[in-house]
Amino acid sequence: MYLRYTEDEVVVDEMFDSFFSSVCSIEQVRSSATLGFDPDAWRRLIETGAPSMSVPIELGGGGANLATLAIAATHLGRTIAAVPLIEHVVALRLLASVAPESPLLDSLLAGDRIASLALRPGLDEQLVPAGAIAEVIVGFVGESIVVSQAEPPLAALPNLADLPIARRSLAESSAIGGTQDHYHRALAEWQALMAVALAGLGRAALRLGVDYVTEREQFGVPIGSFQAIQHGLADVATAVEGADMLAQRAVWALDSDQGDALSLASMAMLFAGETAQRTSAAALQYHGGYGFAEEYDIQLFYRRAKGWPLQFGSSSSEYQRLADLVLGEQVA
Amino acid sequence: MDFSFSDSAEAFRAEVKEFIAEHLTSDVLLGTRDGTLHNDEFHRKMADRGWLDGAVPAELGGAGRDPLEMLVLIEELQLAGAPVDGMGVAVIVAAIILELGNDHLKETVVPRIISGESLCSFGYTEPDCGSDVAAATTSAVRDGEQWLINGQKMWTTMAHIADYVLLLTRTNTEVAKHKGLTFFVVPLDTPGIEIQPVQTMGTERSNATFYDDVRLGDEWRIGAVDGGWAVMKAALKFERGIAGGQFPSATLIDAALNSARTIARPDGSLAIDDPVIRERLMRASIDVEVARCFAYKTAFLASEGVMFGVEGSMTKLFVSEAYKRHSHWFIDMLGAEGLLNHDGANAPEDGLIEEHFRHAPVTTIYGGTSEINRNLVAEAHLGLPRTRN
Repeated sequence: MYLRYTEDEVVVDEMFDSFFSSVCSIEQVRSSATLGFDPDAWRRLIETGAPSMSVPIELGGGGANLATLAIAATHLGRTIAAVPLIEHVVALRLLASVAPESPLLDSLLAGDRIASLALRPGLDEQLVPAGAIAEVIVGFVGESIVVSQAEPPLAALPNLADLPIARRSLAESSAIGGTQDHYHRALAEWQALMAVALAGLGRAALRLGVDYVTEREQFGVPIGSFQAIQHGLADVATAVEGADMLAQRAVWALDSDQGDALSLASMAMLFAGETAQRTSAAALQYHGGYGFAEEYDIQLFYRRAKGWPLQFGSSSSEYQRLADLVLGEQVA
Repeated sequence: MDFSFSDSAEAFRAEVKEFIAEHLTSDVLLGTRDGTLHNDEFHRKMADRGWLDGAVPAELGGAGRDPLEMLVLIEELQLAGAPVDGMGVAVIVAAIILELGNDHLKETVVPRIISGESLCSFGYTEPDCGSDVAAATTSAVRDGEQWLINGQKMWTTMAHIADYVLLLTRTNTEVAKHKGLTFFVVPLDTPGIEIQPVQTMGTERSNATFYDDVRLGDEWRIGAVDGGWAVMKAALKFERGIAGGQFPSATLIDAALNSARTIARPDGSLAIDDPVIRERLMRASIDVEVARCFAYKTAFLASEGVMFGVEGSMTKLFVSEAYKRHSHWFIDMLGAEGLLNHDGANAPEDGLIEEHFRHAPVTTIYGGTSEINRNLVAEAHLGLPRTRN
């Protein structure tokens, strides 16, 4: 049991903290809203090695575990950065594990192409996260992992959360082997990293809320001195701590192949998603009317908190999928 | 990060599970339904294993088991629904005495607690002060070499089966309220003490205790005169570290799952196939996994010698609020049958879910209400201004 960053991880944490807070400032995020992608930030992120670091060394990656990548995901969440790190890494890891000989690997490792994961099995056409910018889409159709390579549209479907989503087709894709287990593992990696990012988002939204209620005065006092507001923030602050730990635990479970890794990843995303939504909603509410104004940042977090996990599908469907995993399939 | 337990902790877990299988009989489990919260035989058997002593830090003279091993013990006991309240209070009082007590208390009281021979109860709350614990009015006045104690305490749970009460008294009314408090370890057979039962909705019996010219030697004082607040802080520190109860929902969820799988509803279907029930079971399971993370985090911090503060408040707040929610969901799941309690015949799960429903509300109240814990999180964790004196 060791529930803090190791010395090495502290160094990685400082590196990504500094990277995301300087390169992915909220102004950068705002100016990337139309496509939901910041090419300059992505280019610089590639230079840090993050997109390739958690691919095995023998395949040209950095050999790091998911936990190291999760450190980057935390900061991506805190800054709601417009970079497809989670999609790219998860798709790349899946491709590398199923088709280590794939000619696409080198360019994906180098970041010359962007990869993403189609999150719904068996669908020929679907909304794909980072689908507007990814040239390589990895999915599961029929009995096999499939890869589709096509010029990305470079235009996002206008959406709630300024995400680079687009409908992509897997009809022309090629099967590369692999099993449903490989695909489920990749989905779980996406969920666990998304959970870490959502916990980071929640923490940042909480900070915006606390800062605002500390400065904003009504009735002659800071509104943060009112217990109604304190208690609302205390509840979500508690949930954020829980969400972060559960997300870290899911990442650890995947890294160490625990038997409950897939269900923990699903649980972590469900809990972190709802927590990020509750937290950003509370912080927005305590901004009063300004929370609704585009000028204030909290509304960006509110929209992103809903948008990120919704890409996976509705949470009510995910609860049923989780129940099937934990309780066994429904009879009726 | 590493969420795995050491080999020795896992070996200890196996030992605890074996102990539970052997000693946590249905007689022990059902025995607490008379409201005592305690089973003396089970308690002594845990003491015989050295597990009470294990909860007391080595630097204070206890056996000082690794906090992560103590977590394993507490986790397994709670998952099995074992009575642990007596153990929790006992080890907290022992730890406080060893940290702040005099030789008399260390030599006479601690060995009896650690051996499982004596139980303790907490005497903080009064009829007119609960969350505002520093407003205690039960008075202790010097009378020669002795102290004369007068007043009343509420919620001195287990006092009727305990040998000692950790009593918070007022020794100075001329200073700020938290600067005029003094603690005593009071033998409950001292003349002048009366214990009256307070029955609760949750079946558990608590007590009101009355102190009428109770004479006590100074050797029973713990901490400095007017230094009671330091003792209080130590008590809360150990309470959050050892007790708290991170898994009250565990046996509730087990029972709900079993009912959902076995009891046909009026239309012949099983609840386990109902998507609403499946979602609620998953939500409850997620809450338990979050609780587990909180428990692991606090135990990890303790194992590193870091005394956690606000993490204890967060754990208590999250766990008890979730538990109350779960108790509503799963009694509802049973439909009209959910009303039946264990006194009648054929209650689902022998009335366990109904019992949880009645017990749950106290958990967001005792040991620090949810409101007090939210205050503490807002102040200590978020840095928001303090709103009360």
